[in-house]
Amino acid sequence: MKALALAIVVLVGGLLISATVDFPDWGDPASPAALHVSPRYIEKSMEETSVPNIVTSVLADYRGFDTMFETTVVFTAGVACFLLLRRREPRPGPSRVYRHRASGVIVEMSQAPDTEPAPEVFKRIDDDWTPHDLIVMNVCRLLIPFIQLFGLYVIAHGHHSPGGGFQGGVILGASVILLALSWDLRTASLRMKEVATGLMSAIGVFIYAGVGALALAMGGNFLDYAALAPILRVDPVAARSLGIFFVEVGVGLAVMATMVLIYKNLASEGRLDQGL
Amino acid sequence: MIWQIDLAVLILVLICAVGALAVKDLMGAAILFGAYSFLMCILWAVMGAVDVAFTEASVGAGVSTVFFVAAVFRTSRRSKD
Repeated sequence: MKALALAIVVLVGGLLISATVDFPDWGDPASPAALHVSPRYIEKSMEETSVPNIVTSVLADYRGFDTMFETTVVFTAGVACFLLLRRREPRPGPSRVYRHRASGVIVEMSQAPDTEPAPEVFKRIDDDWTPHDLIVMNVCRLLIPFIQLFGLYVIAHGHHSPGGGFQGGVILGASVILLALSWDLRTASLRMKEVATGLMSAIGVFIYAGVGALALAMGGNFLDYAALAPILRVDPVAARSLGIFFVEVGVGLAVMATMVLIYKNLASEGRLDQGL
Repeated sequence: MIWQIDLAVLILVLICAVGALAVKDLMGAAILFGAYSFLMCILWAVMGAVDVAFTEASVGAGVSTVFFVAAVFRTSRRSKD
């Protein structure tokens, strides 16, 4: 059976590799893909949308409908993870583990205490695996604001440089995940609650679709940002540039919240009490 | 494109891809997959597709590796086959 599988793999792989010989050269301007709509995007995108980064203008304006449903796919993935993994019942064995802050001694209680010990004396830690590394915790605490600032920059500067809502949203989500990894899941959950992640991922998609519907209500086509010019009090070209920014903010919100939602459910087996 | 660098990165991509499939330890496979994503990111950047390279670096090498590691921590670390 293995020999048969290997033979099929070698045969199909050989066919694919022999087919790549017929590919157009890398960067060939006469290749079929570069002849259809690409020249129009390259020549007209600056004068139609005033966005120097053509990738962003194609992604969020010319092909805005595609990107809206990509955002919906991310949102759906988050909802699917939530529905599959989220569990309401507590962990079996209600033992609690605490670390005495001053001495570093770890205390395990066989059942959860009626009143939580004072948090400035005893810090609650996870049952299974909790490294206590002062350097990692403090370096991450110092870095996270800068990572989040960079994420915002990537979202807002997507018109002029590589980046945009997806990348910026992932960076913002990764900063919260880094907090959960270097401190613990409860600290990250204090900063970004479960309700917040769910609401923000839905609001992100809503912003995107809402901008499109607003354009529809203003008499343009769906996602035709030029129709928003009377509201924004700018000319239609600048309105398209601004419209791209609004939908990128929506994409960034949805992606950030979904990444945090998926991570929390994965790392804590859906209980959101403790994790990596 | 400098073809020597290209060739070296492509060979490393192949090694990472085969390694991620062959390794029994799923944690190792997750890390190899992250390395694979990062090398692909270098290739995209060399080819001038900087937006794709950015996405590959943040999603492929960053967050999805974390998701894989979290999933391995909560399931089993050894591959059955």
